[in-house]
Amino acid sequence: MSRFFRHLVASRAGLFGATFVALFLITALAAPIMAPHDPLKMDLKKRLAPPTMSLSGPGDFPLGADQIGRDILSRIITGSRVTLLVAATAVLLGATIGVSLGLVAGYFGGWNERIIMRIADIQLSIPLLLFALIVIAVLGPSLVNLVIVLALTGWTRFARITRGEVLSLREQEFVLSARGAGAGRARILFRHILPNVLTAAIVVATLELARVVVLESALSFLGLGVQPPHASWGRMLADGRGYISSGWWLSTFPGVAIVLVVLGVNLLGDWMRDYFDPKMSGSR
Amino acid sequence: MPKYVLSRLGEALIAIWGLLTLVFVAARLTGDPAVLMLPLGATDADLAEFRHALGLDLPLWEQYAIFLADAVRGNFGESLLHQRPAMDVVLERFPATIQLSLVALVMGMVIGVIAGFVAALKRGTFLELIAMTTALLGQATPIFWLGIILILVFAVQLGWLPAGGRGTLAHLVLPAITLATFTSASIARLLRSSMIEILKEDYIRTAWAKGLVSHLVFMRHVARNALIPVVTMLGILAGELFSGAVVTETIFSWPGVGRVILLAIQSKDFPVVQAGVAVISAMFILINLLVDLTYGLLDPRIRINR
Repeated sequence: MSRFFRHLVASRAGLFGATFVALFLITALAAPIMAPHDPLKMDLKKRLAPPTMSLSGPGDFPLGADQIGRDILSRIITGSRVTLLVAATAVLLGATIGVSLGLVAGYFGGWNERIIMRIADIQLSIPLLLFALIVIAVLGPSLVNLVIVLALTGWTRFARITRGEVLSLREQEFVLSARGAGAGRARILFRHILPNVLTAAIVVATLELARVVVLESALSFLGLGVQPPHASWGRMLADGRGYISSGWWLSTFPGVAIVLVVLGVNLLGDWMRDYFDPKMSGSR
Repeated sequence: MPKYVLSRLGEALIAIWGLLTLVFVAARLTGDPAVLMLPLGATDADLAEFRHALGLDLPLWEQYAIFLADAVRGNFGESLLHQRPAMDVVLERFPATIQLSLVALVMGMVIGVIAGFVAALKRGTFLELIAMTTALLGQATPIFWLGIILILVFAVQLGWLPAGGRGTLAHLVLPAITLATFTSASIARLLRSSMIEILKEDYIRTAWAKGLVSHLVFMRHVARNALIPVVTMLGILAGELFSGAVVTETIFSWPGVGRVILLAIQSKDFPVVQAGVAVISAMFILINLLVDLTYGLLDPRIRINR
């Protein structure tokens, strides 16, 4: 573990990414303490108040106020919780589905493998946003449905990587000797193969996180993701579009937040990929 | 090779069938179209007659069979919103989407390939730093935000370019840049890393040692091999491009298929959703098929293995 951190500090890009991700996590966890104002409190006198860029008095809106006088900074800070919650659960769910199916496909082979990998191929041949749009249109927009859709768009990558890893692992000596020692299928799968697959899965999960954050905000932007009054970055951007000539800050700052988070996660993910498995670099 | 082409074609057809099924199930799960389409005061008799006219009183498997048979002929029924065949509504928007996607794809490829080559050949210079920082940012920027910022700067503040609509070449500039950014950023990063790998290979050293002129080494050995992963990625990028087109068209009021699908979803106009999804996915699947087949031309190893 200490080698991990020494490498991380040595890589400027990786450290930069890790710092951003850490800041994002702290913001999401400590949102109620950090937000200077109530993110839902409207104040029509402060309608479209421009950014003051400082926070000296209680009446200061550092990043400005939106069309109904809510503090944008507080909404961005609170919105980080929704982003984190949705993205983390979606990736976790997608990873669980994908890794399980990948294990089955790789270890048992045969029909299981054919069907699972064929479904993954077919799903990859549908543009993701289109797939998400159709599913949301059926299920209706809600937080839970959003998580389900995002997980459904992401499981294929986990399944592919896991299957590949299992294929190379299952003929290795430690697995063969476990089998020789009389270990059952379940024991081999969970005690010997799964732990070795997890590293690759974690790397994929990090890169997936960035994709999910963007897709979530895109769906929210189109009005099919997180519903009001929850503060969501994509939604804030969409609401700000109508005020683009009178208040540029409305949609500029939530976008900056998205870019910073995605950039941080990407940098961290790229670095992790190179650290754990140099062979995987260039696959994206 | 023919066997390979056939199996890829079969896979493509299965993919389209899977998608159509998804759309059919989606349409049936969203509620009774009769209730949605008829005015509020409609009597039960009106509803029954309407259902009969649309074939909604048939058993589900029969509806499914009819749906598939019609879909194969490109018939997805009447648009509820436009009172015209849904396919017509989609197809008349098709050229706009193709125009936007093609321009964005070419733009993204040209910029991405140049930036990738420059970054790999000028390692450790300021140029590499600029190219790669821009690419990283480009990959992290959601296109809907980029679009809004471009409108803000070039349409609202500077007033140089129109903020939306289609017509002149000027209308195309901002949406195309918006859509091309992710493509060029991805290509630049991928090309740089694959070039760096290849420049380390033994056969490149051999080529130099043979005394080949530098542009020959570059064209014949480096560029050709470095472009293979880029071609692979084109299939994935096409998907990003179509997904991106939905968002880009919405922001810039570009009258394309993506925007029509989104409007149809919002107004529960399912025939148009079905037709639009079928057209876009068929395009996407076709592109991926072409990409797979192009491989063989670039990389003889794949040609033999298949």
